[in-house]
Amino acid sequence: MSTITSEELSATTLLRFATAGSVDDGKSTLVGRLLHDSKSILTDQLEAVERASASRGQEAPDLALLTDGLRAEREQGITIDVAYRYFATPRRRFILADTPGHVQYTRNMVTGASTAELTVILVDARNGVVEQTRRHAAIAALLRVPHVVLAVNKMDLVEYRETVFAEIAEEFTAYASELGVPEVTAIPISALAGDNVVDPSANMDWYGGPTFLEHLEKVPVSHDLAHCHARLPVQYVIRPQTAEHPDYRGYAGQIAAGTFHVGEAVTVLPSGRTSTISGIDLLGEPVDAAWTTQSVTVLLDDDIDISRGDLIVPTKDAPATTQDVEATVCHVADQPLTVGHRVLIKHGTRTVKAIVRDIPSRLTLDDLSLHPHPGQLVANDIGRVKIRTSEPLPVDSYADSRRTGSFILIDPADGTTLTAGMVGESFAAPEPVKDAPDDDGWDF
Amino acid sequence: MTTTVAQAEEGTASPYALSHLDSLESEAVHIFREVAGEFENPVILFSGGKDSIVMLHLALKAFAPAPVPFSLLHVDTGHNFPEVLAYRDRVVAAHGLRLHVASVQDYIDRGALRERPDGTRNPLQTLPLTERIQSEKFDAVFGGGRRDEEKARAKERVFSLRDEFSQWDPRRQRPELWNLYNGRHAPGEHVRVFPLSNWTELDVWQYIAREGIELPQIYFAHDREVFRRGGMWLTAGEWGGPKDGETVEKRLVRYRTVGDMSCTGAVDSDAVTLDDVIAEIAASRLTERGATRADDKMSEAAMEDRKREGYF
Repeated sequence: MSTITSEELSATTLLRFATAGSVDDGKSTLVGRLLHDSKSILTDQLEAVERASASRGQEAPDLALLTDGLRAEREQGITIDVAYRYFATPRRRFILADTPGHVQYTRNMVTGASTAELTVILVDARNGVVEQTRRHAAIAALLRVPHVVLAVNKMDLVEYRETVFAEIAEEFTAYASELGVPEVTAIPISALAGDNVVDPSANMDWYGGPTFLEHLEKVPVSHDLAHCHARLPVQYVIRPQTAEHPDYRGYAGQIAAGTFHVGEAVTVLPSGRTSTISGIDLLGEPVDAAWTTQSVTVLLDDDIDISRGDLIVPTKDAPATTQDVEATVCHVADQPLTVGHRVLIKHGTRTVKAIVRDIPSRLTLDDLSLHPHPGQLVANDIGRVKIRTSEPLPVDSYADSRRTGSFILIDPADGTTLTAGMVGESFAAPEPVKDAPDDDGWDF
Repeated sequence: MTTTVAQAEEGTASPYALSHLDSLESEAVHIFREVAGEFENPVILFSGGKDSIVMLHLALKAFAPAPVPFSLLHVDTGHNFPEVLAYRDRVVAAHGLRLHVASVQDYIDRGALRERPDGTRNPLQTLPLTERIQSEKFDAVFGGGRRDEEKARAKERVFSLRDEFSQWDPRRQRPELWNLYNGRHAPGEHVRVFPLSNWTELDVWQYIAREGIELPQIYFAHDREVFRRGGMWLTAGEWGGPKDGETVEKRLVRYRTVGDMSCTGAVDSDAVTLDDVIAEIAASRLTERGATRADDKMSEAAMEDRKREGYF
């Protein structure tokens, strides 16, 4: 029975993070251990796991069963798709996007990382940095996840030796820096034995850093808004047209980036009309300023024509609009994406027709080599695409803004989500990719 | 002023960090507005339980000062708590909403559904729900489901595509990329939308407390005539209890979830205020469903199977 302090019930921050790693690296055990040791597993869940483990003839409760949700997975002992898990400590609330790490599940890792502020990459201390680790690092770098944690697991199987950990940490950090990953925190753990997951390890007194959970609790969750371009995609126009509010006209949306102030001069894209913010309504209360990711309703001085799909931006900091979008994409559908493919593109709250003009290259994540003109991208492929849109879109570079620099491609015939796209350069680093020998000069 | 800047240790938060409740609220409002912008005929499943009450509260906030642009749908099992039905009707009247009721009893009376030997009617809700979705041509159906409730729900999407039979195919669910929800569907298909996907039971209660939302009284401790069945305290009533060998006694109890009388159990509790309830839940070592829902204990795959059939 844990005791609850009043502190635990007060407002805390929320961290969304994602895991990457395979069954063999002990990912399910790490997640199970995290939930178990942070006392987030409740009695009946543990009993259910014990019952299921016993019925299969397993002696100890299998913590991985806590997280494997679907019958197909339990029968095959694998994890499919992304599962979302929830736990809390007195310091913070957590949402974990738990993604399988097999090679064919790149799309799931991309999905999990797209909303994550931190990614955990798991390695087996006996194997060190392997091809899959490099793949996971590349996805974290492509998705511009602000914080990366390298969890070096199974330290108990290498006698808790510092040199083993240090070598792996050094090799990984060098690789990740090459990709432009802004920050790597390496932590030596044993998920099975519990070392450094929640409680500090008595077996590794050479390690002076935080435990895995302490790090999750302390990592900064919000960004310095001073350097963000303010962006508000309009979701819906609120017009009560009632006796009480005959002339109310509010533009509702969730601020995708930056800060807006009452009195600020704004431009509406793609029309380019300008006005001034006369009021900001924060879910029922007037405020002077609002920032990402608050859902607000903005009122303007002038009665201009604005509808769903428009983007409100500061006049002094408006993005260019374009009908030619070049991006790095991850293809997530079973049917391939081909040159000439007619699609829909959803960017912010705007969905327009588009055509895939070119697929300049495909990227191999294992060694970051480029393969020019693959002709198509299949499920789990990462590549560059050039898209021509039927109407101008105010896209930002994904490096500047994860929400207004991202888009999805949709199949107009059946509505399938085909592709996840990130506008602009692939990696933060200047040139981490290697040209394949037969490269014809496409610059990534 | 409802916005609270999260208290955190130095260096971990900026003045712009939203508290966890503000983050969840903002996300849910974004989901409601996306559906309003992209669908023709959305409906909110409203049972009078706390999750659907919070959903409605968020919808009211999302479109204020205009009215909520959705109607409500209640699947009435015929075994609902009278306090909850009274609450439902009060709320509908107070906000000038349109309420659709799909009745399990009507189906039983017509012979379209058969009463189960165990008397529980929860599994019988699927047919009236899916037929009403088809006949009213609802294209988006909001549910109060949360991903922390049960393992199969952990894989559920915020926008969950259902075919013309309302079936859920875990392999056909679309990836959730950034906050770009894809609600496109073929005629006859619809999308189930779960604005509370990322909320936990504790979040819901904390939000109810913060916003001062009124709840049906059965969520708070009160004296009630109950009997023991399947390890739970059930309310005595015409729906099918007590039976031979079951004895009624008066106990001080409250409900953690509100569903069908036949499968929703009360817990011993002396929590009479919201703060009492929150403290009790925070200290509880049993998940909400495990303690109070008989239907989830059926088998490891029970929920998964029922979701595939079109259950919430």
